[in-house]
Amino acid sequence: MAKKKRPVIEREEVVVKFVGDSGDGMQLTGSMFSDVAALVGNDLATFPDFPAEIRAPQNTVAGVSGFQVHMGSSKIFTTGDLVDVLVAMNPASLRANLKWAKKGATILTDTDAFEEKAIEKAGYKQSPFSDNSLESYNMIKAPITTLTKESLKDQGVDTKTAERSKNMFALGILYYIFNRDLKPSFKYFEEKFKKKPELININKIVLQAGYNYADTIEAIESVIQVAPAQMTKGRYRNITGNIATAWGLLAAAERSGRPLFLGSYPITPATEILMELARHKSLGAKVFQAEDEIAGICSAIGASFAGAMACTSTSGPGLSLKSEAIGLAVITELPLVIVNVQRGGPSTGLPTKSEQSDLYQALFGRNGECPVIVVAASTSDNCFYYAYMAAKLSMEHMSPVILLTDGYLGFGSALFRIPKMADLPPILPPIAKPNDPEFKPYRRDAETLVRKWAIPGTEGLRHRVGGLEKENITGAVSTDPINHQVMVDLRAQKVEKVADFIPEQEVNGPTEGDLLVVSWGGTYGAVHSAVSQMQKEGKNVSHAHFHYIMPLPKNTGQLLKGFKKIVVCELNSGQFVNYLRMKFPMPNFYQFNKVQGLPFMINELTDNFNQLLEDK
Amino acid sequence: MDFVNMTVERSSVQLTKADFESDQMVKWCPGCGGHAILSAVERVFPKIGYRKENFCLVSGIGCSSRFPYYVNTYGIHGIHGRAAAISTGVKIANPRLSVWTVTGDGDSLAIGGNHFIHVIRRNVDLNILLFNNQIYGLTKGQYSPTTPMGKVTKTSPQGTIEHPFNIGELVIGAQGTFFARVPDNNINLMTECMFDAAKHDGTSVTEIMENCIIFADKAHAEVTGKDVKDQNMLILKNGAPMLFGKNNDRGLILKDTMLEVVEIGRNGVTVEDILIHDQYSKDPGIHLMLAKLAPPEFPMVFGVIRSAMFPTYDDLVEEQIKYAKETSKIRNVDDLLNSGDTWEM
Repeated sequence: MAKKKRPVIEREEVVVKFVGDSGDGMQLTGSMFSDVAALVGNDLATFPDFPAEIRAPQNTVAGVSGFQVHMGSSKIFTTGDLVDVLVAMNPASLRANLKWAKKGATILTDTDAFEEKAIEKAGYKQSPFSDNSLESYNMIKAPITTLTKESLKDQGVDTKTAERSKNMFALGILYYIFNRDLKPSFKYFEEKFKKKPELININKIVLQAGYNYADTIEAIESVIQVAPAQMTKGRYRNITGNIATAWGLLAAAERSGRPLFLGSYPITPATEILMELARHKSLGAKVFQAEDEIAGICSAIGASFAGAMACTSTSGPGLSLKSEAIGLAVITELPLVIVNVQRGGPSTGLPTKSEQSDLYQALFGRNGECPVIVVAASTSDNCFYYAYMAAKLSMEHMSPVILLTDGYLGFGSALFRIPKMADLPPILPPIAKPNDPEFKPYRRDAETLVRKWAIPGTEGLRHRVGGLEKENITGAVSTDPINHQVMVDLRAQKVEKVADFIPEQEVNGPTEGDLLVVSWGGTYGAVHSAVSQMQKEGKNVSHAHFHYIMPLPKNTGQLLKGFKKIVVCELNSGQFVNYLRMKFPMPNFYQFNKVQGLPFMINELTDNFNQLLEDK
Repeated sequence: MDFVNMTVERSSVQLTKADFESDQMVKWCPGCGGHAILSAVERVFPKIGYRKENFCLVSGIGCSSRFPYYVNTYGIHGIHGRAAAISTGVKIANPRLSVWTVTGDGDSLAIGGNHFIHVIRRNVDLNILLFNNQIYGLTKGQYSPTTPMGKVTKTSPQGTIEHPFNIGELVIGAQGTFFARVPDNNINLMTECMFDAAKHDGTSVTEIMENCIIFADKAHAEVTGKDVKDQNMLILKNGAPMLFGKNNDRGLILKDTMLEVVEIGRNGVTVEDILIHDQYSKDPGIHLMLAKLAPPEFPMVFGVIRSAMFPTYDDLVEEQIKYAKETSKIRNVDDLLNSGDTWEM
C-alpha cells in the first residue's frame, strides 16, 4: 500500500492511553499495542485502569476502562504521568481522561459514539466538539464504528460482531501513527482465534482498514518513531507484577526442592497470583482455592508443617482475616510466604486502586509479640525476585514473610530480563535429618537462631508444635514466665538476625548531603524519576528505596545520619516514616504522602523536594 | 479387618499402644471422656498398621484439641475452628500421611463451621474425631451448637433458644461420605468405628458423644446410660438387620417414606421384615433418616451409619498433577520463563 510521505518525528518516550466503555476491549487493545512496542525493542511499562464493577452502566464515567502504555528508547521507570496520545472511544472516557492529556496531545475519538444520549450520560452539558474544550489538542475525529462496519460489509458479519471489532480499527490508526508493523498482530489473531477462524479474518480486515484510513486523512501530520531502547543485553518478556510474583514463588520452590503449596481465596487485586499458579501443575504446584481467607492461610500452615514451600496470596482485607493464623506460623516457627497485593482501604475501600497503607498491618497487625519478616517489591518485574527472596528468607529462617506488592505493580507490567534459574541464589532449608539424635523442636542454630524443619513421615523426629507457648528447646507446652520471656526474645532476635543475610541499603546519589528522599515498594519508578531529574539539574539530593522493611538493612541508621533532611514519600498517611522515627529517633524526618488511590506524579514530587531544599 | 491404603506406608514391625503414648502429662479432668478416647486411639493406631511416623494429628482449640500433645505422632495444635483447614493443607501437601483431625462441637460447628462443611464437601482423605460434649468446656460452661434447646448454661440462664445441630444430618447434608457415631463409654465400638474411619478413603467424621463431667455431666445419659441404653441405642452392623432392645426384639422398618419401630413377634413381624444396614450405599437417604433418629420415639443410632466410596480431593489433586506433568511442555521454571512471547535485546 502506498504510504503518504509524512515527516517522521523521533521521540525518546511516549505515553499512550486507550480508554472506552468497560467491554470496549481497551485492555486487549492496550496489551496488543504494548506487545508490538516491546517487539521492536522499546522499554515500556503498562497499567490497566478499570472500575471495580465488571460492566458498570454503559457510557457512564463509572464504567470507563483504560490501559496506559509508557514506551521509550531509554529506560522506562513509570507508567507515565500525562498522556501524549489518548484514544477515547466514547464521551464518558474522554471526559474522565482529558485531565491526563498533555496540552497539544493527540486525541483519537470515535465520533459515532458522540451521540446526544451518550454525551448527556457522560455528564457533558453539550458536545465537547461544539464547545472550545478540545481546542488545544490535535483531534482525530473518526467515525470509527461506521468505518468498521463498512470495512466488513462483504464479510456477512452481523452488526454486533462488527461493532465489537471497532477497537481494532482504532488500533490500526495507532499503528499507523507509530509506524508499526501489522504482522505481529496478525500472528496474534491466528493464535488467539484458532478455534474461531472466522474471527481471524475479521480482525485482520478491521486492523488493516484502520491503518489504511489513517494513511488517507489530513489530521495526521506526522508519524512518531520511538527507537529501540539500549537495554542490558539479554532475553526479555513483558510481565505483570502478579504473574512475576507467581513465577518467583515457582522458582523458589524448584530451587529449594520443596514443592509449592498455595492456599488462597480470590480477592482483587491478588487473584491473578492464584489463577496463574493454578495453571502450573506441571511444575508440581499444588493450588488450593480455599473457602475463605482463613482457610487459605491455615491450609498453607498445614502444608508448611508437612514440608511444602507454603504460600498464601491476598490483599488488605484478606490480610486482616489472616492475622491470627500468622501468629500461629510465628509461634510454630514455620516457613510461610504471605503475599499482600495492597489496595485502597480501610475495609473494602478502593479494591482496584493502589495504596501502601497496609504497612502497619504487615509490621504490627497481630496479637502478642509477633515479629515477621517484611519485604516489598518495587517494580512489576522485580516482583519475581522479591517473591523468590521472600520464599528463601522464609525457609532459611523458619519464619513467615509478608511480601508487599500493590495493585499498581500487580496489574501493571514492565519488561523483564529473563534470568537463568542457575543464576539465582541457592535456597537451603534447614531440614532435620532422619533419626537425628540432637533433634528437638526448638533447638536452634547458634548463629541464626533458626530451628530445624522436621517433616512428618521422617523417621525418629516425631514432635508436636502448636499455638500454645512452648518450652525452649524441648517444645513441651510451657506457661513458665521466664521461658515465655526467653521465647519472645528469641523469636524477635531470629527475625532481627535476618539483617545479616540481606544486602546493605543502596543510595542513588551521594551518601551525605542536604536531602535524602526515602521511598519503599511500588513508588520506586516515580520517586527515582523525580530524583534523577533533580540530580541532572545539579540539585543536592539522594534517593534510598527500601525493599527490606523488617528487618531494615544494617546500614540504615548510619545512612540516615548523613543527611540534613530526610523526606519519606508514601502512598499512605506516613506509615514507613513513623516506623523509621521509632527505630531512629531523629528530628529531621519530613514526609510526603498521598492517599488517593493514584500513583505519585513526578512533578508533585519534585515540587516538594525543591521546596524542602529551599526552606532552610 | 485387613486393608491397605496404598498411599500410606505400612510399618514393618507390629506396633503397640506404647509406641503412641507421649511423655506429656494428660491434663483433662478426672472422669472426662477424653481419657477413653485417647485410649481408643492408642489402641487403634497400631492396629491400622501404618508406620508411626506417618500419622499426623491436627487439632483446633478446646479441651478436645489438646489431644495431639498426648499422642506420640507428628502433631499440630492449631487455632480455634481451623483444624479442618490445617489438616487439608497437611494432606494435600503430603498424601502419604494418615491425618487425624481432633476437634469439638464448638471448634468445628461454631467458629469452624465453614471449614467443617467444606472439607466434607471436598472429601479430603482425613479422619475427623469430633468430641461432642454439647458444651464449651475450656471456657467453663457456655452453650454450644449441639446443646439441646432450653438447656440452662452460663450464657443461657433462662435456657438456650437455639436449635442444635444434629451432626450426622449436617455431615450428610454437606455431602459427607462417612459418618459414625459412638458413645465414649464403649471403647470397643469406638475402636471399631475409628478403624472403619481409617479404612474409608475420604473425609470421615466420627462423632464421639463425650461426657463433660464438670459442665454438662450426663448430657448423653438419657441415651447411653446403663439403665436406658438397651432401649435407646441401636448399634448398626453392616449387612445385619437394624435390631435393638434388651433381647434384640425390636427393629426398624420402612413404612411408606418413614422409619418405624416394630417389635419382633408382634403383629406377625419377623426378623425378615427388618431393614438391613448398608453403610456403603451411595444414596444417603436411609443414612440421613438413621442419623436423625432420637428418643423417645426412636432409638439413637450408633456405629458406622455411612461409608460411601467417592473420589477423594487429594487423589484428584495428584491425578491432575500427573496428567499435567505428562502433557505439558513446561517441565521446569526455565521453560516457563522462556515460554510465550520473548525476544533478545
